[in-house]
Amino acid sequence: MQAQEIFEILKEKFGEAIIELKAEPNFETYVVIKAESVFDVSIFLRDDDRLQFDYLMCLSGLDSGENLTVVYHLHSTKLAHKFIYKVIVPKADPKVPTVERVWRSADWHEREAWDLIGVEFVGHHNMIRILCPYDWEGHPLRKDYQTPEYYHGMKVPY
Amino acid sequence: MDELKRIEVEYGNIESDKMRLNMGPQHPSTHGVLRLEVELDGEIVTDVVPHLGYLHRCFEKHAEKMTYPQVIPYIDRMDYICSMNNELPYVMGVEKMLDIQVSNKVEYIRVIMCELNRIANHEIAVAAFGLDTGALTPFLYFFRDRERILSIFEKASGGRLLYNYFWIGGLAHDVHPTFKEDVLDIIRQVRVTNEEIINLLIYNKIFVERAANIGILPADVAINYGVSGPMLRGSGVKFDLRKNEPYSIYDRFDFDIPVGKGEVGTVGDCWDRTIVRMNEMEESCKIIEQAIAQMPMEGDVREKLPKKIRPKGEIYTRAENPKGDLGFYIVGNGTDKPERVKARGTSFVNLSVIPEISKGYMFADLVLILGSIDIVLGEVDR
Repeated sequence: MQAQEIFEILKEKFGEAIIELKAEPNFETYVVIKAESVFDVSIFLRDDDRLQFDYLMCLSGLDSGENLTVVYHLHSTKLAHKFIYKVIVPKADPKVPTVERVWRSADWHEREAWDLIGVEFVGHHNMIRILCPYDWEGHPLRKDYQTPEYYHGMKVPY
Repeated sequence: MDELKRIEVEYGNIESDKMRLNMGPQHPSTHGVLRLEVELDGEIVTDVVPHLGYLHRCFEKHAEKMTYPQVIPYIDRMDYICSMNNELPYVMGVEKMLDIQVSNKVEYIRVIMCELNRIANHEIAVAAFGLDTGALTPFLYFFRDRERILSIFEKASGGRLLYNYFWIGGLAHDVHPTFKEDVLDIIRQVRVTNEEIINLLIYNKIFVERAANIGILPADVAINYGVSGPMLRGSGVKFDLRKNEPYSIYDRFDFDIPVGKGEVGTVGDCWDRTIVRMNEMEESCKIIEQAIAQMPMEGDVREKLPKKIRPKGEIYTRAENPKGDLGFYIVGNGTDKPERVKARGTSFVNLSVIPEISKGYMFADLVLILGSIDIVLGEVDR
Protein backbone atom coordinates (compact mmCIF):
# COMPACT_ATOMS: atom_id res chain seq x y z
CA MET A 1 0.00 0.00 0.00
CA GLN A 2 1.32 3.46 -0.87
CA ALA A 3 1.77 6.30 1.60
CA GLN A 4 -1.06 8.23 -0.06
CA GLU A 5 -3.63 5.50 0.66
CA ILE A 6 -2.40 5.07 4.22
CA PHE A 7 -2.64 8.83 4.70
CA GLU A 8 -6.26 8.78 3.55
CA ILE A 9 -7.14 5.93 5.90
CA LEU A 10 -5.53 7.79 8.80
CA LYS A 11 -7.15 11.09 7.86
CA GLU A 12 -10.54 9.46 7.83
CA LYS A 13 -9.99 7.88 11.23
CA PHE A 14 -8.18 10.65 13.12
CA GLY A 15 -9.08 13.85 11.23
CA GLU A 16 -7.29 16.86 12.66
CA ALA A 17 -4.52 14.85 14.34
CA ILE A 18 -3.00 13.99 10.95
CA ILE A 19 -1.43 17.20 9.74
CA GLU A 20 -0.12 16.61 6.23
CA LEU A 21 1.40 14.29 3.67
CA LYS A 22 4.73 15.43 2.30
CA ALA A 23 6.11 14.19 -0.98
CA GLU A 24 9.19 16.23 -1.83
CA PRO A 25 11.78 15.26 -4.42
CA ASN A 26 14.65 13.29 -2.86
CA PHE A 27 12.57 12.57 0.23
CA GLU A 28 10.69 9.39 0.95
CA THR A 29 7.02 10.32 1.30
CA TYR A 30 6.08 10.85 4.91
CA VAL A 31 3.17 11.96 7.03
CA VAL A 32 3.35 14.52 9.84
CA ILE A 33 1.11 13.88 12.84
CA LYS A 34 0.35 15.70 16.05
CA ALA A 35 2.40 14.72 19.08
CA GLU A 36 -0.58 14.02 21.37
CA SER A 37 -2.03 11.37 19.08
CA VAL A 38 1.14 9.32 18.48
CA PHE A 39 0.07 6.45 20.67
CA ASP A 40 -3.43 6.11 19.20
CA VAL A 41 -2.20 6.37 15.62
CA SER A 42 0.58 3.85 16.26
CA ILE A 43 -1.69 1.25 17.78
CA PHE A 44 -4.13 1.73 14.89
CA LEU A 45 -1.30 1.28 12.38
CA ARG A 46 -0.29 -1.94 14.09
CA ASP A 47 -3.71 -3.49 14.57
CA ASP A 48 -5.74 -2.44 11.53
CA ASP A 49 -6.23 -5.32 9.09
CA ARG A 50 -5.38 -3.22 6.06
CA LEU A 51 -2.11 -1.90 7.53
CA GLN A 52 -0.61 -4.43 9.98
CA PHE A 53 2.62 -2.56 10.69
CA ASP A 54 4.06 -5.05 13.14
CA TYR A 55 7.73 -4.10 12.80
CA LEU A 56 9.26 -0.81 13.89
CA MET A 57 12.43 -0.60 11.83
CA CYS A 58 13.84 2.56 13.28
CA LEU A 59 12.98 5.42 15.59
CA SER A 60 15.25 8.41 15.21
CA GLY A 61 15.45 11.75 16.90
CA LEU A 62 16.50 14.72 14.82
CA ASP A 63 17.47 18.27 15.69
CA SER A 64 15.87 20.40 12.98
CA GLY A 65 16.82 23.85 14.18
CA GLU A 66 13.78 25.33 15.90
CA ASN A 67 12.17 22.01 16.66
CA LEU A 68 12.99 18.43 17.45
CA THR A 69 11.67 15.75 15.13
CA VAL A 70 11.00 12.11 15.87
CA VAL A 71 10.89 9.86 12.81
CA TYR A 72 9.21 6.47 12.84
CA HIS A 73 10.03 3.97 10.09
CA LEU A 74 7.53 1.14 9.96
CA HIS A 75 7.45 -2.09 8.03
CA SER A 76 4.86 -4.81 7.78
CA THR A 77 6.26 -8.32 7.66
CA LYS A 78 2.88 -9.69 6.58
CA LEU A 79 1.90 -7.20 3.87
CA ALA A 80 5.45 -6.07 2.93
CA HIS A 81 4.81 -2.34 2.80
CA LYS A 82 6.44 0.58 4.55
CA PHE A 83 5.35 3.79 6.13
CA ILE A 84 7.13 6.80 7.59
CA TYR A 85 5.64 9.32 9.94
CA LYS A 86 7.12 12.21 11.82
CA VAL A 87 6.30 14.12 14.94
CA ILE A 88 7.57 17.67 15.35
CA VAL A 89 7.80 19.12 18.85
CA PRO A 90 9.18 22.48 20.05
CA LYS A 91 12.63 22.45 21.63
CA ALA A 92 11.32 24.20 24.74
CA ASP A 93 8.90 21.41 25.59
CA PRO A 94 9.85 18.24 23.70
CA LYS A 95 7.29 15.76 24.93
CA VAL A 96 6.05 12.81 22.86
CA PRO A 97 3.93 9.91 24.14
CA THR A 98 5.83 6.65 24.21
CA VAL A 99 5.09 3.80 21.81
CA GLU A 100 7.01 1.15 23.74
CA ARG A 101 3.77 -0.66 24.51
CA VAL A 102 2.98 -0.83 20.80
CA TRP A 103 6.38 -2.08 19.64
CA ARG A 104 8.77 -3.27 22.30
CA SER A 105 11.71 -2.36 20.07
CA ALA A 106 10.83 1.29 20.73
CA ASP A 107 12.00 0.93 24.34
CA TRP A 108 15.72 1.24 23.65
CA HIS A 109 15.29 3.48 20.61
CA GLU A 110 13.36 5.97 22.72
CA ARG A 111 15.95 5.87 25.45
CA GLU A 112 18.58 6.57 22.82
CA ALA A 113 16.59 9.49 21.42
CA TRP A 114 16.23 10.88 24.94
CA ASP A 115 19.93 10.41 25.62
CA LEU A 116 21.28 11.97 22.45
CA ILE A 117 18.61 14.42 21.30
CA GLY A 118 16.61 15.08 24.44
CA VAL A 119 13.10 14.17 23.38
CA GLU A 120 11.14 13.14 26.45
CA PHE A 121 8.86 10.17 25.90
CA VAL A 122 5.95 10.51 28.27
CA GLY A 123 4.87 7.25 29.88
CA HIS A 124 8.05 5.33 29.19
CA HIS A 125 8.71 2.92 32.06
CA ASN A 126 12.42 3.62 32.35
CA MET A 127 13.37 6.93 30.76
CA ILE A 128 17.10 6.94 31.56
CA ARG A 129 20.18 7.38 29.43
CA ILE A 130 21.43 4.39 27.48
CA LEU A 131 24.67 5.20 25.65
CA CYS A 132 26.13 8.06 27.68
CA PRO A 133 26.92 7.64 31.40
CA TYR A 134 23.83 7.95 33.58
CA ASP A 135 24.99 11.26 35.09
CA TRP A 136 26.05 12.91 31.83
CA GLU A 137 24.72 16.41 31.29
CA GLY A 138 23.15 17.69 28.10
CA HIS A 139 22.09 15.98 24.92
CA PRO A 140 25.10 15.58 22.61
CA LEU A 141 23.38 15.44 19.23
CA ARG A 142 21.70 18.82 19.59
CA LYS A 143 23.28 21.34 17.28
CA ASP A 144 23.85 23.84 20.10
CA TYR A 145 25.49 21.28 22.40
CA GLN A 146 28.63 22.38 24.21
CA THR A 147 31.04 19.62 25.19
CA PRO A 148 31.77 19.94 28.92
CA GLU A 149 35.35 20.65 29.95
CA TYR A 150 35.51 18.04 32.65
CA TYR A 151 33.61 14.92 33.61
CA HIS A 152 34.36 13.66 37.14
CA GLY A 153 37.70 15.42 37.03
CA MET A 154 38.66 13.88 33.66
CA LYS A 155 39.28 16.17 30.71
CA VAL A 156 36.66 15.54 28.05
CA PRO A 157 37.93 16.97 24.72
CA TYR A 158 40.92 14.83 23.86
CA MET B 1 22.90 13.27 39.48
CA ASP B 2 19.15 13.26 39.49
CA GLU B 3 19.09 10.31 37.14
CA LEU B 4 21.50 8.31 39.25
CA LYS B 5 19.16 8.57 42.19
CA ARG B 6 16.26 7.40 40.11
CA ILE B 7 18.10 4.22 39.21
CA GLU B 8 18.99 3.50 42.79
CA VAL B 9 15.44 3.95 43.87
CA GLU B 10 14.14 1.80 41.07
CA TYR B 11 16.46 -1.12 41.66
CA GLY B 12 16.65 -0.69 45.40
CA ASN B 13 13.79 -3.03 46.26
CA ILE B 14 15.86 -6.21 46.54
CA GLU B 15 14.25 -9.08 48.36
CA SER B 16 16.36 -10.82 50.97
CA ASP B 17 16.37 -14.19 49.24
CA LYS B 18 17.36 -12.84 45.83
CA MET B 19 20.85 -11.87 44.78
CA ARG B 20 22.01 -9.20 42.36
CA LEU B 21 25.11 -10.13 40.48
CA ASN B 22 27.12 -8.06 38.03
CA MET B 23 28.30 -9.89 34.95
CA GLY B 24 30.81 -7.75 33.14
CA PRO B 25 31.87 -5.27 31.89
CA GLN B 26 35.13 -7.22 31.98
CA HIS B 27 33.80 -10.72 31.60
CA PRO B 28 35.02 -13.13 28.93
CA SER B 29 31.60 -14.47 28.00
CA THR B 30 29.94 -11.11 27.50
CA HIS B 31 31.74 -10.90 24.11
CA GLY B 32 32.92 -7.38 24.79
CA VAL B 33 32.39 -4.68 27.36
CA LEU B 34 28.79 -5.32 28.28
CA ARG B 35 27.54 -5.20 31.84
CA LEU B 36 24.57 -7.33 32.73
CA GLU B 37 23.00 -6.81 36.09
CA VAL B 38 21.45 -10.17 36.87
CA GLU B 39 18.90 -10.87 39.56
CA LEU B 40 19.15 -14.44 40.77
CA ASP B 41 16.90 -16.65 42.82
CA GLY B 42 19.36 -19.36 43.74
CA GLU B 43 20.65 -20.26 40.29
CA ILE B 44 17.55 -19.19 38.40
CA VAL B 45 17.68 -15.91 36.53
CA THR B 46 14.70 -13.75 37.48
CA ASP B 47 15.73 -10.50 35.82
CA VAL B 48 18.44 -9.13 33.56
CA VAL B 49 19.21 -5.44 33.18
CA PRO B 50 21.78 -4.64 30.47
CA HIS B 51 23.89 -1.53 30.96
CA LEU B 52 25.39 -0.28 27.73
CA GLY B 53 27.71 2.45 26.66
CA TYR B 54 31.15 1.24 27.70
CA LEU B 55 32.26 1.35 24.06
CA HIS B 56 30.32 4.43 23.02
CA ARG B 57 32.47 6.32 20.53
CA CYS B 58 29.99 8.98 19.43
CA PHE B 59 29.67 7.68 15.88
CA GLU B 60 26.64 9.82 15.13
CA LYS B 61 28.26 12.98 16.48
CA HIS B 62 31.44 12.34 14.51
CA ALA B 63 29.41 11.70 11.36
CA GLU B 64 28.00 15.21 11.52
CA LYS B 65 31.49 16.66 11.25
CA MET B 66 32.77 14.40 8.46
CA THR B 67 32.20 14.53 4.74
CA TYR B 68 30.24 11.66 3.26
CA PRO B 69 33.24 9.51 2.22
CA GLN B 70 34.95 10.15 5.56
CA VAL B 71 32.09 8.50 7.42
CA ILE B 72 32.85 5.08 5.92
CA PRO B 73 35.88 4.23 8.13
CA TYR B 74 33.75 4.98 11.20
CA ILE B 75 31.12 2.59 9.94
CA ASP B 76 33.81 -0.09 9.63
CA ARG B 77 34.47 0.25 13.31
CA MET B 78 30.86 -0.26 14.31
CA ASP B 79 30.60 -3.97 13.72
CA TYR B 80 34.23 -4.84 13.25
CA ILE B 81 33.51 -8.52 12.55
CA CYS B 82 31.68 -7.80 9.30
CA SER B 83 32.84 -4.39 8.12
CA MET B 84 32.13 -5.08 4.45
CA ASN B 85 28.46 -5.67 5.17
CA ASN B 86 28.28 -2.52 7.27
CA GLU B 87 29.53 -0.33 4.47
CA LEU B 88 27.01 -1.61 1.94
CA PRO B 89 23.77 0.01 3.20
CA TYR B 90 25.50 3.35 3.74
CA VAL B 91 27.07 3.57 0.29
CA MET B 92 23.86 2.29 -1.30
CA GLY B 93 21.94 5.01 0.48
CA VAL B 94 24.25 7.84 -0.55
CA GLU B 95 24.36 6.54 -4.12
CA LYS B 96 20.60 6.48 -4.20
CA MET B 97 20.45 10.07 -2.94
CA LEU B 98 22.89 11.16 -5.64
CA ASP B 99 21.26 8.95 -8.26
CA ILE B 100 24.46 7.10 -9.14
CA GLN B 101 24.33 3.70 -10.76
CA VAL B 102 27.42 1.60 -10.17
CA SER B 103 28.67 -0.82 -12.80
CA ASN B 104 27.87 -4.49 -12.96
CA LYS B 105 31.36 -5.49 -11.96
CA VAL B 106 31.24 -3.39 -8.79
CA GLU B 107 27.90 -4.92 -7.80
CA TYR B 108 29.29 -8.43 -8.20
CA ILE B 109 32.44 -7.70 -6.22
CA ARG B 110 30.34 -6.13 -3.49
CA VAL B 111 28.09 -9.16 -3.25
CA ILE B 112 31.02 -11.58 -3.19
CA MET B 113 32.80 -9.59 -0.50
CA CYS B 114 29.64 -9.32 1.58
CA GLU B 115 28.93 -13.01 1.37
CA LEU B 116 32.53 -13.89 2.24
CA ASN B 117 32.25 -11.58 5.20
CA ARG B 118 28.98 -13.25 6.15
CA ILE B 119 30.76 -16.60 6.24
CA ALA B 120 33.56 -15.11 8.33
CA ASN B 121 31.04 -13.59 10.74
CA HIS B 122 29.03 -16.79 11.17
CA GLU B 123 32.25 -18.71 11.70
CA ILE B 124 33.09 -16.43 14.61
CA ALA B 125 29.53 -16.60 15.92
CA VAL B 126 29.38 -20.40 15.93
CA ALA B 127 32.97 -20.71 17.11
CA ALA B 128 32.43 -18.38 20.05
CA PHE B 129 29.15 -20.07 20.85
CA GLY B 130 30.95 -23.42 20.86
CA LEU B 131 33.52 -21.89 23.17
CA ASP B 132 30.73 -20.82 25.52
CA THR B 133 29.51 -24.40 25.68
CA GLY B 134 33.03 -25.63 26.34
CA ALA B 135 34.09 -26.79 22.87
CA LEU B 136 37.50 -25.39 21.97
CA THR B 137 38.40 -27.36 18.83
CA PRO B 138 35.76 -25.93 16.44
CA PHE B 139 37.00 -22.49 17.38
CA LEU B 140 40.45 -23.31 16.05
CA TYR B 141 39.10 -24.93 12.87
CA PHE B 142 36.90 -21.96 12.12
CA PHE B 143 39.65 -19.46 12.74
CA ARG B 144 41.92 -21.28 10.30
CA ASP B 145 39.30 -20.79 7.58
CA ARG B 146 38.53 -17.26 8.58
CA GLU B 147 42.17 -16.32 8.25
CA ARG B 148 42.05 -17.37 4.60
CA ILE B 149 38.95 -15.25 3.98
CA LEU B 150 40.67 -12.30 5.63
CA SER B 151 43.64 -12.80 3.32
CA ILE B 152 41.33 -12.20 0.34
CA PHE B 153 40.16 -8.97 1.94
CA GLU B 154 43.73 -8.01 2.69
CA LYS B 155 44.73 -8.54 -0.92
CA ALA B 156 41.83 -6.43 -2.14
CA SER B 157 41.74 -3.60 0.39
CA GLY B 158 44.92 -3.73 2.45
CA GLY B 159 43.15 -4.29 5.74
CA ARG B 160 42.34 -7.51 7.52
CA LEU B 161 39.54 -6.26 9.70
CA LEU B 162 38.70 -2.67 8.78
CA TYR B 163 38.55 -2.27 5.05
CA ASN B 164 37.20 1.11 3.88
CA TYR B 165 36.70 -0.77 0.62
CA PHE B 166 33.22 0.15 -0.58
CA TRP B 167 33.29 3.74 -1.65
CA ILE B 168 30.49 5.95 -2.81
CA GLY B 169 30.25 5.24 -6.51
CA GLY B 170 32.40 2.14 -6.55
CA LEU B 171 35.27 0.48 -4.76
CA ALA B 172 38.59 1.66 -3.40
CA HIS B 173 40.63 -0.70 -5.58
CA ASP B 174 40.10 -3.31 -8.23
CA VAL B 175 40.46 -6.95 -7.19
CA HIS B 176 43.63 -8.86 -8.02
CA PRO B 177 43.73 -11.02 -11.18
CA THR B 178 43.57 -14.36 -9.32
CA PHE B 179 40.54 -13.27 -7.29
CA LYS B 180 38.12 -15.84 -8.73
CA GLU B 181 40.40 -18.83 -8.16
CA ASP B 182 41.24 -17.70 -4.63
CA VAL B 183 37.59 -17.34 -3.69
CA LEU B 184 36.57 -20.69 -5.14
CA ASP B 185 39.46 -22.30 -3.31
CA ILE B 186 38.20 -20.89 -0.02
CA ILE B 187 34.64 -21.99 -0.70
CA ARG B 188 35.87 -25.56 -1.09
CA GLN B 189 37.71 -25.35 2.22
CA VAL B 190 34.73 -23.76 4.00
CA ARG B 191 32.43 -26.57 2.90
CA VAL B 192 34.84 -29.24 4.12
CA THR B 193 35.20 -27.57 7.51
CA ASN B 194 31.48 -26.99 7.90
CA GLU B 195 30.78 -30.66 7.21
CA GLU B 196 33.31 -31.51 9.87
CA ILE B 197 31.86 -29.04 12.38
CA ILE B 198 28.33 -30.30 11.85
CA ASN B 199 29.48 -33.80 12.78
CA LEU B 200 31.84 -32.71 15.49
CA LEU B 201 29.86 -29.99 17.23
CA ILE B 202 26.34 -29.28 16.05
CA TYR B 203 24.85 -32.77 16.43
CA ASN B 204 27.14 -33.70 19.29
CA LYS B 205 25.01 -34.93 22.19
CA ILE B 206 26.76 -32.72 24.72
CA PHE B 207 26.21 -29.63 22.59
CA VAL B 208 22.59 -30.50 21.85
CA GLU B 209 21.81 -31.08 25.53
CA ARG B 210 23.41 -27.79 26.35
CA ALA B 211 21.97 -25.56 23.62
CA ALA B 212 18.54 -27.00 22.90
CA ASN B 213 15.44 -25.74 24.73
CA ILE B 214 17.05 -22.67 26.23
CA GLY B 215 16.48 -19.03 25.34
CA ILE B 216 13.31 -19.74 23.41
CA LEU B 217 12.16 -16.75 21.38
CA PRO B 218 8.65 -17.07 19.90
CA ALA B 219 8.12 -15.56 16.47
CA ASP B 220 5.61 -12.87 17.49
CA VAL B 221 7.81 -11.68 20.35
CA ALA B 222 10.77 -11.54 17.98
CA ILE B 223 8.90 -9.34 15.51
CA ASN B 224 7.56 -7.07 18.24
CA TYR B 225 11.07 -6.55 19.57
CA GLY B 226 12.34 -5.76 16.07
CA VAL B 227 14.72 -8.72 16.14
CA SER B 228 16.22 -9.61 12.77
CA GLY B 229 18.71 -11.85 11.05
CA PRO B 230 19.47 -15.41 12.19
CA MET B 231 17.71 -14.63 15.48
CA LEU B 232 14.42 -14.00 13.67
CA ARG B 233 14.87 -16.86 11.25
CA GLY B 234 15.78 -19.17 14.10
CA SER B 235 12.28 -18.49 15.43
CA GLY B 236 10.82 -19.83 12.20
CA VAL B 237 10.09 -16.55 10.41
CA LYS B 238 11.14 -16.75 6.79
CA PHE B 239 12.31 -13.17 6.42
CA ASP B 240 15.49 -12.12 4.70
CA LEU B 241 15.94 -8.73 3.06
CA ARG B 242 18.01 -10.31 0.32
CA LYS B 243 14.91 -12.26 -0.71
CA ASN B 244 12.00 -10.14 0.53
CA GLU B 245 13.28 -6.74 -0.62
CA PRO B 246 16.14 -7.54 -2.98
CA TYR B 247 18.73 -4.77 -3.02
CA SER B 248 21.92 -4.57 -5.08
CA ILE B 249 21.78 -7.61 -7.39
CA TYR B 250 20.55 -10.27 -4.99
CA ASP B 251 17.55 -10.98 -7.20
CA ARG B 252 19.88 -12.62 -9.73
CA PHE B 253 20.86 -15.50 -7.46
CA ASP B 254 19.15 -18.67 -6.48
CA PHE B 255 19.35 -19.42 -2.77
CA ASP B 256 17.19 -20.54 0.15
CA ILE B 257 16.43 -18.92 3.46
CA PRO B 258 17.17 -21.38 6.24
CA VAL B 259 14.77 -21.21 9.19
CA GLY B 260 14.72 -22.87 12.59
CA LYS B 261 12.48 -25.92 12.77
CA GLY B 262 12.99 -27.09 16.32
CA GLU B 263 14.81 -30.20 15.15
CA VAL B 264 16.21 -31.18 18.55
CA GLY B 265 14.21 -28.92 20.85
CA THR B 266 11.74 -26.07 20.54
CA VAL B 267 11.52 -23.66 17.63
CA GLY B 268 13.49 -20.53 18.43
CA ASP B 269 15.97 -21.97 20.91
CA CYS B 270 19.71 -21.38 20.93
CA TRP B 271 20.40 -24.51 18.90
CA ASP B 272 18.05 -23.36 16.15
CA ARG B 273 19.88 -20.06 15.83
CA THR B 274 23.15 -21.94 15.50
CA ILE B 275 21.91 -24.30 12.80
CA VAL B 276 20.48 -21.34 10.88
CA ARG B 277 23.95 -19.77 10.89
CA MET B 278 25.53 -23.03 9.72
CA ASN B 279 23.02 -23.38 6.88
CA GLU B 280 23.41 -19.75 5.89
CA MET B 281 27.09 -20.30 5.32
CA GLU B 282 26.20 -22.93 2.74
CA GLU B 283 23.72 -20.54 1.09
CA SER B 284 26.41 -17.87 0.98
CA CYS B 285 28.72 -20.36 -0.73
CA LYS B 286 26.01 -20.92 -3.35
CA ILE B 287 25.62 -17.19 -3.95
CA ILE B 288 29.37 -16.71 -4.27
CA GLU B 289 29.66 -19.55 -6.79
CA GLN B 290 26.91 -18.06 -8.96
CA ALA B 291 28.37 -14.58 -8.65
CA ILE B 292 31.85 -15.77 -9.59
CA ALA B 293 30.43 -17.46 -12.68
CA GLN B 294 28.57 -14.32 -13.80
CA MET B 295 31.10 -11.67 -12.83
CA PRO B 296 32.96 -9.74 -15.54
CA MET B 297 36.67 -9.11 -14.85
CA GLU B 298 37.02 -6.13 -17.21
CA GLY B 299 36.04 -2.58 -16.53
CA ASP B 300 36.62 0.21 -14.09
CA VAL B 301 35.52 0.00 -10.47
CA ARG B 302 34.85 3.71 -9.90
CA GLU B 303 32.12 5.86 -11.32
CA LYS B 304 32.68 9.51 -12.14
CA LEU B 305 31.66 11.61 -9.16
CA PRO B 306 31.50 15.33 -8.50
CA LYS B 307 34.48 16.55 -6.50
CA LYS B 308 32.32 17.23 -3.49
CA ILE B 309 29.29 15.14 -2.72
CA ARG B 310 26.37 17.31 -1.67
CA PRO B 311 23.19 15.26 -1.48
CA LYS B 312 19.97 16.84 -0.31
CA GLY B 313 17.06 14.92 1.11
CA GLU B 314 16.72 11.99 3.40
CA ILE B 315 16.68 8.26 3.03
CA TYR B 316 16.43 5.16 5.16
CA THR B 317 18.43 2.30 3.71
CA ARG B 318 18.86 -1.13 5.08
CA ALA B 319 20.62 -4.30 4.14
CA GLU B 320 20.84 -7.80 5.50
CA ASN B 321 23.88 -7.94 7.70
CA PRO B 322 25.12 -11.31 8.97
CA LYS B 323 23.62 -10.34 12.31
CA GLY B 324 20.39 -8.96 10.93
CA ASP B 325 18.94 -5.87 9.42
CA LEU B 326 21.29 -2.89 9.53
CA GLY B 327 19.72 0.44 8.69
CA PHE B 328 21.01 3.95 8.15
CA TYR B 329 18.81 7.00 8.30
CA ILE B 330 20.75 9.62 6.36
CA VAL B 331 19.67 13.25 6.25
CA GLY B 332 21.51 15.51 3.84
CA ASN B 333 21.13 19.29 3.81
CA GLY B 334 22.88 20.10 0.55
CA THR B 335 26.34 20.61 2.07
CA ASP B 336 29.20 18.12 1.92
CA LYS B 337 28.54 16.99 5.49
CA PRO B 338 25.52 14.98 6.52
CA GLU B 339 23.03 16.65 8.83
CA ARG B 340 22.38 13.40 10.63
CA VAL B 341 23.37 9.77 10.22
CA LYS B 342 21.43 7.52 12.51
CA ALA B 343 22.54 3.92 12.60
CA ARG B 344 20.01 1.32 13.55
CA GLY B 345 22.48 -1.15 14.97
CA THR B 346 21.49 -4.75 14.51
CA SER B 347 23.12 -5.91 17.71
CA PHE B 348 21.58 -3.00 19.60
CA VAL B 349 18.08 -4.14 18.72
CA ASN B 350 18.80 -7.84 19.03
CA LEU B 351 20.34 -7.40 22.47
CA SER B 352 17.24 -5.63 23.77
CA VAL B 353 15.40 -8.95 23.77
CA ILE B 354 17.71 -10.58 26.32
CA PRO B 355 15.66 -9.77 29.46
CA GLU B 356 12.69 -11.38 27.76
CA ILE B 357 14.32 -14.65 26.72
CA SER B 358 16.57 -15.35 29.69
CA LYS B 359 14.10 -15.21 32.56
CA GLY B 360 13.54 -18.55 34.22
CA TYR B 361 16.70 -20.21 32.94
CA MET B 362 19.81 -21.13 34.88
CA PHE B 363 22.59 -18.60 35.25
CA ALA B 364 24.93 -20.79 33.21
CA ASP B 365 22.39 -20.76 30.39
CA LEU B 366 22.44 -16.96 30.33
CA VAL B 367 25.98 -17.13 28.98
CA LEU B 368 24.79 -19.34 26.14
CA ILE B 369 21.74 -17.21 25.41
CA LEU B 370 23.95 -14.16 25.16
CA GLY B 371 26.35 -16.07 22.91
CA SER B 372 23.55 -17.19 20.61
CA ILE B 373 22.41 -13.60 20.02
CA ASP B 374 25.82 -12.92 18.47
CA ILE B 375 26.40 -9.33 19.49
CA VAL B 376 29.32 -7.07 18.77
CA LEU B 377 29.56 -4.30 21.31
CA GLY B 378 31.02 -1.91 18.79
CA GLU B 379 27.64 -1.85 17.12
CA VAL B 380 25.57 -1.87 20.29
CA ASP B 381 27.31 1.18 21.71
CA ARG B 382 28.44 2.80 18.45
